[in-house]
Amino acid sequence: MTVNELANQLHLKPLAGIGGDQNEVLTCYAGDLLSWVMGRAKEGSVWLTVMGNINAVAVATLADCACIVLTENAPLDEDARQRAEMQNVPIYSTDLNAFEMSVKVAELL
Amino acid sequence: MAGLKLTYDIPSADDDFTRAGEASGSVKKKLRQIGYNPDAIRKVSIAMYEGEINVAIHAGGGEAEVEISSDAVTIKLIDHGPGIADVDKAMQEGWSTAPEAVRSLGFGAGMGLPNMKKYTDSMEIETEVGKGTTITMVVKA
Repeated sequence: MTVNELANQLHLKPLAGIGGDQNEVLTCYAGDLLSWVMGRAKEGSVWLTVMGNINAVAVATLADCACIVLTENAPLDEDARQRAEMQNVPIYSTDLNAFEMSVKVAELL
Repeated sequence: MAGLKLTYDIPSADDDFTRAGEASGSVKKKLRQIGYNPDAIRKVSIAMYEGEINVAIHAGGGEAEVEISSDAVTIKLIDHGPGIADVDKAMQEGWSTAPEAVRSLGFGAGMGLPNMKKYTDSMEIETEVGKGTTITMVVKA
């Protein structure tokens, strides 16, 4: 399943980096401590987090996450939005929390 | 493949934290361009990013030297920061001395050095309190 298909089915709000929405979704990971996520999220993860800063974009890029979903409408910083656009890291927003979102992603995978 | 050597400046987190990750991002791009083994690219990316962040946060910046050959990628991170007083402790998952300001950005999980070790085939730490730290990591192709 692509990020685009997942985003459509879950009605996620696109915030940035839509150029990367053909990335393949393989699994899902939830967490906010960047090094923790970096060391443990698997390639192709939908990453659920409240960290909308520029460092999160770097982690998503380097750890090959499929996309970032900012849960509970957590804000995306402007410099992070710009970096995500530049690097085609798809970022979406949802009003669901990480648990609720995980359940929905699990139903699709 | 002839060896390729790349060098990068790592700025201090106090000066420009938004640039942290640029060096590892650039190395990742370069490795992709030359068609390096994807598993090795991921390992290099993760280990080098962690190292870069550490140098930026703890040492006031430094430099990275990366050598790419057909057999392996060698990453050397050099700083003239405070040094690591207790390497064994620093290697423990969850142990962190990161300041509050960077913790609020999502760092300080105490996973930096453990991740570097986990994702590399070898890692050597030379450190002296008050003088600085040099870390050499090798990821086999």
